[in-house]
Amino acid sequence: MGRYVVRRLLQMIPVFIGATLLIFLMVNVMGDPIAGLCGDKQCDPATAAQLKKEFGLDKPVWQQYLTYMGNVFTGDFGTAFNGQKVTELMSTAFPVTIRLTIVAILFEIVIGITLGVVTGLRRGRPVDTSVLLLTLVVISVPTFVTGLLLQLLLGVEWGWIKPSVSTDATFSELIVPGLVLASVSLAYVTRLTRTSIAENRRADYVRTAIAKGLPRQRVIIRHLLRNSLIPVVTFIGTDIGALMGGAIVTERIFNIHGVGYQLYQGILRQNTQTVVGFVTVLVLVFLVANLLVDLLYAVLDPRIRYA
Amino acid sequence: MRGATHAKWAACAAAVALAATACGGGGSDSGGGDSGAVLSSSWGDPQNPLEPANTNEVQGGKVLDMIFRGLKRYNPKTGAAEDMLAEKIDTSDSQNFTVTVKSGWKFSNGEAVTAQSFVDAWNYGASLKNNQKNAYFFGYIEGYDKVHPEDGSKQTADTLSGLKVTGTNTFTVKLTQKFSTFPDTLGYPAFAPLPKAFFSDHAAWIKKPVGNGPYAIESYTKGSKMSLRKWDGYPGDDKAENGGVDLKVYTDNNTAYTDLMAGNLDLVDDVPAAQLKNVKNDLGDRYLNTPAGIIQTLAFPFYDKNWNKSGSEKVRKGLSMAINREQITNTIFQKTRTPATDWTSPVLGEKGGFQDGLCGDGCEYKPDEAKKLIQEGGGLPGGQVKISYNADTGSHKEWVDAVCNSINNALGNDKACVGNPVGTFADFRNQITQKKMSGPFRAGWQMDYPLIQNFLQPLYYTNASSNDGKWSNKDFDKLVDQANQETDTSKAIGLFQDAEKVVRDNMAAIPLWYQNGSAGWSDRLSNVALNPFSVPVYNEIKVG
Repeated sequence: MGRYVVRRLLQMIPVFIGATLLIFLMVNVMGDPIAGLCGDKQCDPATAAQLKKEFGLDKPVWQQYLTYMGNVFTGDFGTAFNGQKVTELMSTAFPVTIRLTIVAILFEIVIGITLGVVTGLRRGRPVDTSVLLLTLVVISVPTFVTGLLLQLLLGVEWGWIKPSVSTDATFSELIVPGLVLASVSLAYVTRLTRTSIAENRRADYVRTAIAKGLPRQRVIIRHLLRNSLIPVVTFIGTDIGALMGGAIVTERIFNIHGVGYQLYQGILRQNTQTVVGFVTVLVLVFLVANLLVDLLYAVLDPRIRYA
Repeated sequence: MRGATHAKWAACAAAVALAATACGGGGSDSGGGDSGAVLSSSWGDPQNPLEPANTNEVQGGKVLDMIFRGLKRYNPKTGAAEDMLAEKIDTSDSQNFTVTVKSGWKFSNGEAVTAQSFVDAWNYGASLKNNQKNAYFFGYIEGYDKVHPEDGSKQTADTLSGLKVTGTNTFTVKLTQKFSTFPDTLGYPAFAPLPKAFFSDHAAWIKKPVGNGPYAIESYTKGSKMSLRKWDGYPGDDKAENGGVDLKVYTDNNTAYTDLMAGNLDLVDDVPAAQLKNVKNDLGDRYLNTPAGIIQTLAFPFYDKNWNKSGSEKVRKGLSMAINREQITNTIFQKTRTPATDWTSPVLGEKGGFQDGLCGDGCEYKPDEAKKLIQEGGGLPGGQVKISYNADTGSHKEWVDAVCNSINNALGNDKACVGNPVGTFADFRNQITQKKMSGPFRAGWQMDYPLIQNFLQPLYYTNASSNDGKWSNKDFDKLVDQANQETDTSKAIGLFQDAEKVVRDNMAAIPLWYQNGSAGWSDRLSNVALNPFSVPVYNEIKVG
């Protein structure tokens, strides 16, 4: 187990370097970021040159990348154009997005898995059909439509919530945005759990458990659900990264100042430091989440062992 | 109906909550009454640190306009420069100025505003090592080339030799050339005075800027919110008529508009294009749409000889006459743009040099004449014009396509004009700077200060900083020089208008439309206005 984790951690290094290099190059290809800093005017050449020097943009790209990576390892992610440290931006943005992700994941787990179990056990019944139909609708409607619609109905028409989230972005304010963010994945989780449950219900071990006279609840939760969760856990694990990075649309609609907002602004202003810094952290989140998912397999299914 | 009642309740709740915070957080405010109420307003994250000489966009400009007062201030209604901190600004030769600062003014931290506060601030703004993006404002002051060498080489001085403090409240300014309207440029925030704290503890100042305006910053969370409160010790006449302003950062102006609808926000100063159709229904007369100091033009690459041969001016004029400005501003911009009839802006006012219709028939839609003129001028270079624009912001694609459509219809050739999108604004700027344009390109100009000089000299003077098309004309340069030397303001403006006529006769750039500023507000507010820079005049807004 320990050796497996070490090996996986070592594998992360090339993935990490490759991903950051790609992002770095992509942002650089977009052109000279200084030119966009002076509105519709041309920056005066002396100031532009001075700014380039300050942000290290006057050096060749490979050198910029090496200095950047060197700084990253010492915990310095550089400075954004508005004079703020990127680490400072991260320290305000990530807690918000993490809260949003937690809300979303909770929705996926609680509602998604519950609905999945219910429909899986009642295959073909009206409950199953209506939930299936509902998930189909949710999957086919894009997030921004659900988001704007809920915002308009709950925020403006009925006045149940505030249409935008305040600076503090507390958990209670993030319920609706979290639901919107989770909606599509939630539908997938429901369908995955349903199929998995329906399939395993006829497995030998379930029959044995029932034959032993175990209570129905225990059979479903300890035996059936535990074995059916493996594909669902894989999905939710990879979804953590996707939710954190993919919250741009939801964060824009509800005016949440999280990772998506900083990334969006960074891209718009061609701020290499911000974009690369945030994406680097997101890459790390992805890698760690994947590792955790793999380790969880062993917990769910004792037959899986990592040497 | 039920929905409407709910919304009303939410609005009331929000209003109560806001009023409560105003009473609780007002600090020294004695509370109660309308003048104590705080309003909330939409905001965008300023692109640069909030230093006066480093702020060149509206979002940072909003804050500076609240916390700073300079020597002059532009009248929000007429755009005229009026004395604020300046007791008087004297000159006998339009080149050497003696500035007397009014005594009794203070920064909100108690420090007195003196001549030194101005000189220090200007020296800081001009110095290359401070990376101030508005440094070029100080370019007319003697010694600028020493503190800000144009080639980026090492600066040989830290202070401008043209600035001298001669007393507690007086200083002199020496310019490198005659510039009669120089005092009128001093209303721009870049010329604001700075307290000693700015220099002694810069990092702390940036975190919470301190100025001498009617508001003081109570708290500032970068990237999300700024709370400004009325400063009771403000000595000026334009005291804040409300208790304060909470600026909230919105990523998307649609969300801000939705918040306004829900009673969660009091003022939006950028109504999203998608909502323009509903705005009359939603807000009634709580909506403002007035010209701002921004003009959009099509510039031409005069370094390309196809566009700079004899007869080209006829082609350019012909193209201008083939554009149906009225129709495009009505349908695409929902009247948030006003068709241009000169090369300046209505915010200048007649007195300031704006002349409605100066462009004459060159800016009117006359398709038949347009076709004839272009043929006389030798036809379109290469048989086709490509209008370059940046596709990332400002929905430029729509109007460029519409302009091309209009030209194609007028010429009866559906290949006469096509749009040429450039991915990002930064790349677009790069191509312009590197002189890679082969046809007309989008050029927008947002004025620095409401003077006719600012609409002409930086854009059309030979080798001027924003002369992107590299147009050069001796007559124009001569008239601008004369105007700058003229001590009589109205005569100077007349000369600038003569220079503008040279631009017209050569059609150096095609004026398209003046951009409007817009604002919508909740029913709690009254007396909302936009200043010539499209920034709401916060200190005049009444709440309740």
